[in-house]
Amino acid sequence: MRLPAPAKTLPVRSEQIILFRISGALFAVSSASVQEVRSVDTLAGSAREIPPSEIRKVRHMVQRGEHNLYVVNGALHFNLPTSHAALVFVLRRTRTALLVDGIEKMTTMTRLQALPQAFCNEERGWYRGLTAIDQIVVPVVKPEGFLTPDELFALDSVVDPALTPTGDDVDHTSVSGNPVAGAAISELPSAFSNDNTLDSAGPIQ
Amino acid sequence: MTSMPESESFVLLRLSERRFAVAASDIAELVAPSRVFRFPHQTKEVEGVVVRRGRIVPVIDVAARLLGRRLTARRFYLIAQRRYTTGTEWIALPVTGDCELIFADMIPASEADLPHVAGWLSHDGDVIEVLNLNALTPGPNPAPLRAPATEAPQQEAFS
Repeated sequence: MRLPAPAKTLPVRSEQIILFRISGALFAVSSASVQEVRSVDTLAGSAREIPPSEIRKVRHMVQRGEHNLYVVNGALHFNLPTSHAALVFVLRRTRTALLVDGIEKMTTMTRLQALPQAFCNEERGWYRGLTAIDQIVVPVVKPEGFLTPDELFALDSVVDPALTPTGDDVDHTSVSGNPVAGAAISELPSAFSNDNTLDSAGPIQ
Repeated sequence: MTSMPESESFVLLRLSERRFAVAASDIAELVAPSRVFRFPHQTKEVEGVVVRRGRIVPVIDVAARLLGRRLTARRFYLIAQRRYTTGTEWIALPVTGDCELIFADMIPASEADLPHVAGWLSHDGDVIEVLNLNALTPGPNPAPLRAPATEAPQQEAFS
């Protein structure tokens, strides 16, 4: 008599994420979406203040080749109390550099639940969904949600009315798929380097 | 020969001093309050989310709309199904007292009633509003008033 074949276990799909804080609120972002992590201090030398605009969350920009990276104040974006940002995430395939207070840790998520449809306002553009990490629910941000095409257009118009970049193909300073490589690693919290390493595996799309 | 209306089952819920009813077919369970996780968003009716049976469920305080004030205390969460054009999802409604399953005949709402009123029923000498959760709770518009309850609840972005 032959025994039935053991049930095959499907590999669990997972995605490396970075947990970070803005004004005390915890968020997650796919590590593959983060091109660089820099301390605010290292960015300060290359950042340029832009004229006041209706996009209050953006006060500075960084010139990267032909493109402007806009520095988004995460607290203002999420309507949180102002906080002291210590780090900047340069987000891959966007023109956004996001100011965050700090990195909590790096970890893996195996399940991403779509944002419940009860959330029916701006937040639908902010988040890819929700995940549970260590029994805590964390929103997973959408990198392209920090600046809409209209906001980018408005910012470009303020910075240089004659300049109308498309925003495509801005991934020009890749650091081998690892957002930490080439960044100011010494500036990162110890938990970041103690517990976890970021492999170069791509995200689940 | 005329047929008598068949009694339907409803769950009576208490919000502060008032009672409301929801069709029992829309209710999944009644659970003790658990930790509410909050994160930034712009939908003022949603307090946060709870985790229930592995699902992340939004907590919606309907008292603000029904009573004009938010609940300060809560005893249970009524887990209900909210129907959207794309499917059905669970929502958690904070309530302040025990819930009760009753059978009653519902008088359908008239045009004069507010959109969140599905109808009225009489119970224990009270006239009680039957709530239309699709109109009462936030979601992308337009939402169907009632739909078959056969859709799979919740969606996952990936799994």
